[in-house]
Formats: sequence, structure tokens, C-alpha cells
Amino acid sequence: MKIPTLHIPDGFISAPVSLLFLVISGFFVFLALRGAKKQLDEKVAPLAGLAAVFIFAMQMINFPVAAGTSGHLIGGALAAILIGPWAGVLAVTVVLIVQALVFADGGLTAIGLNVFIMSVLATLGAWYLFRFFQKIFPKNRIGFLTATAIASYLSVPISALGFTFQFALGGTAAITLDKVLIAMVGVHSVIGIGEAIITVLTISAVLSVRKDLVFGASKLKVSLVR
Amino acid sequence: MSTKRIVQIGLVLSLFVAAFVSFYASANPDGLEFVAEQVGFLDTAKDSATGSSPLADYGLTGFEDERLSVGIAGIIGVLLTAVISFGLFTLIKKR
Repeated sequence: MKIPTLHIPDGFISAPVSLLFLVISGFFVFLALRGAKKQLDEKVAPLAGLAAVFIFAMQMINFPVAAGTSGHLIGGALAAILIGPWAGVLAVTVVLIVQALVFADGGLTAIGLNVFIMSVLATLGAWYLFRFFQKIFPKNRIGFLTATAIASYLSVPISALGFTFQFALGGTAAITLDKVLIAMVGVHSVIGIGEAIITVLTISAVLSVRKDLVFGASKLKVSLVR
Repeated sequence: MSTKRIVQIGLVLSLFVAAFVSFYASANPDGLEFVAEQVGFLDTAKDSATGSSPLADYGLTGFEDERLSVGIAGIIGVLLTAVISFGLFTLIKKR
């Protein structure tokens, strides 16, 4: 038994494009450090610390998906809704850095690529989708969790699209892009179901004990009575 | 329930998942690796510069028993992530 490698390794994407995404991701991490300073309340700071730890642990649990493949949590949606989008970007980034440096999961030169698709795209993408659906759904627990489910589900194919974009810019293999696009979005459209289940269960558990700690709920002042 | 209590429960749950449940994780290639193999660009992957890390690929070097190897790797990963993330968020929280 071996935990499969989860993230983009060195070599898939050319060095210049990897460097470009290191710069872009670095900029977003800078914004996240500034944003989190404003958003992160003293009382939820420990919860933000926990979010990164929980995401690290859950990423070790690859769940089987049809046809000999597996999927794992990204955690961007979970982090964004639980501790806020900017703190969420930082939490996922911490996980990716630990994995690349210590567990050889995700190449060192690919760190900017991985941070971009999972910390930036999945986390911020999920947050804006969540806010959008939260506004149009009923302002109750079911509406809240449905918005959580859709946002977390979509964050996975969005990440896959992000990788396809990176591959289009700097893929080192001579493969037609439509093949990569169809395969990436196809497989990750199934994996997203697992992301949605884990995210909804976790958010729902925290809502039940302390809804005031859930950033997505406190921000929108929704009534979460059943 | 106090925030402290929630964090304690979360940490214990994370340790449990990383130390024990991880052994039962699917060993199938994950979505990206699967696509890379199917579409045909898996061979462009290069070994990570940290590939000789004693914890590379979520296994502790020198432990034959896989349950022990992945479990200890999981515990170390959880503790390491905890030190960094709690440190970071303590530094940047609103005062």
C-alpha cells in the first residue's frame, strides 16, 4: 500500500511557465496574507490552524473512483467557507508546501502551479460560487449546505480546468489539448462528488455546534435555524 | 462548545485519520496521475528534489511494516502542519 502522489510533479509543465505561476501564486499569497489579517478574528484563528491540519490529514485518504482511479479532498472550498477565502488560501498553501518539502508530493518547481490551481482557483472559486448560490437559495440550513455542496463540487473540475490551462501554456508532452481537457474535466467531475460530501459533512458538523464560527455563515447573517 | 474544544476534537480526528485511516486509502492513481497515464504524459514527470526525504511518498524510510510506515508519516505530517499553521495564523490574526 502506498499513498498515491497527489499533486503536479516536476516535469509536466515547462520551467518558464512554472516560474510564471510561482510569481502569480506568490502575488495571491501576498494578497491572502493582507486579506486574512483583516478577516481573521482572534476567536477563529485557532480554527484556521486546525483547517490546514484537517486538510492535510484528509488528503491522505484517497477514495476510489470508477475505472481504477482515485480522488482526494482539495479542501479549498471547505477552508473558504469555514475560515474565509483569504485564510483559506493560506491554509491550503501551508498544506501544499509541507507536502512538497517533506513528502515529495508535488514537485518543488511545480509549487506555484499547485498553489495556483488548488489554493487560488479552488479556494477563491469556491468562495465566489458559494456566495452566489447562498444569495439565491433559501436563507436556511438546507440552502446554506446546498450552496456549500455546489461550490465544493465545482471547485474540483475548476482546478482540473486550471491544470489544463497550465498544460496548454507549458505542457512538455506533445499531446493535443482536447484530450487533456476532456480527460481532466471528466475524471474530476466524478471526484468532485467526494469533495462535496466531505465538505458538507464537515461544515454541517461545525454549524451544528458553533454556527458563529463558520465564516460563510457569520458574514451573511443568515438564519440557520432548521 | 468552546472553540478550544472544537480544535481539540479536530486535532484528535485529524491524527486518527492520518495515523490509522490512511492505511486504508485507495492506492489507485489519483485523478491527475490517472489522466497523465491514459493520455500519455506521465513519463514527463521527474523525481522530486525532495524524493530522498525520509518521509517521501508518505512512508517513513526504514519501516518495513506499511501500516507503521504510513501511520508514523501521517502523525509527523499532522504535527508539522499544525506547528506551521497555528504559528502562521497566530501571527496574522486581528488584534
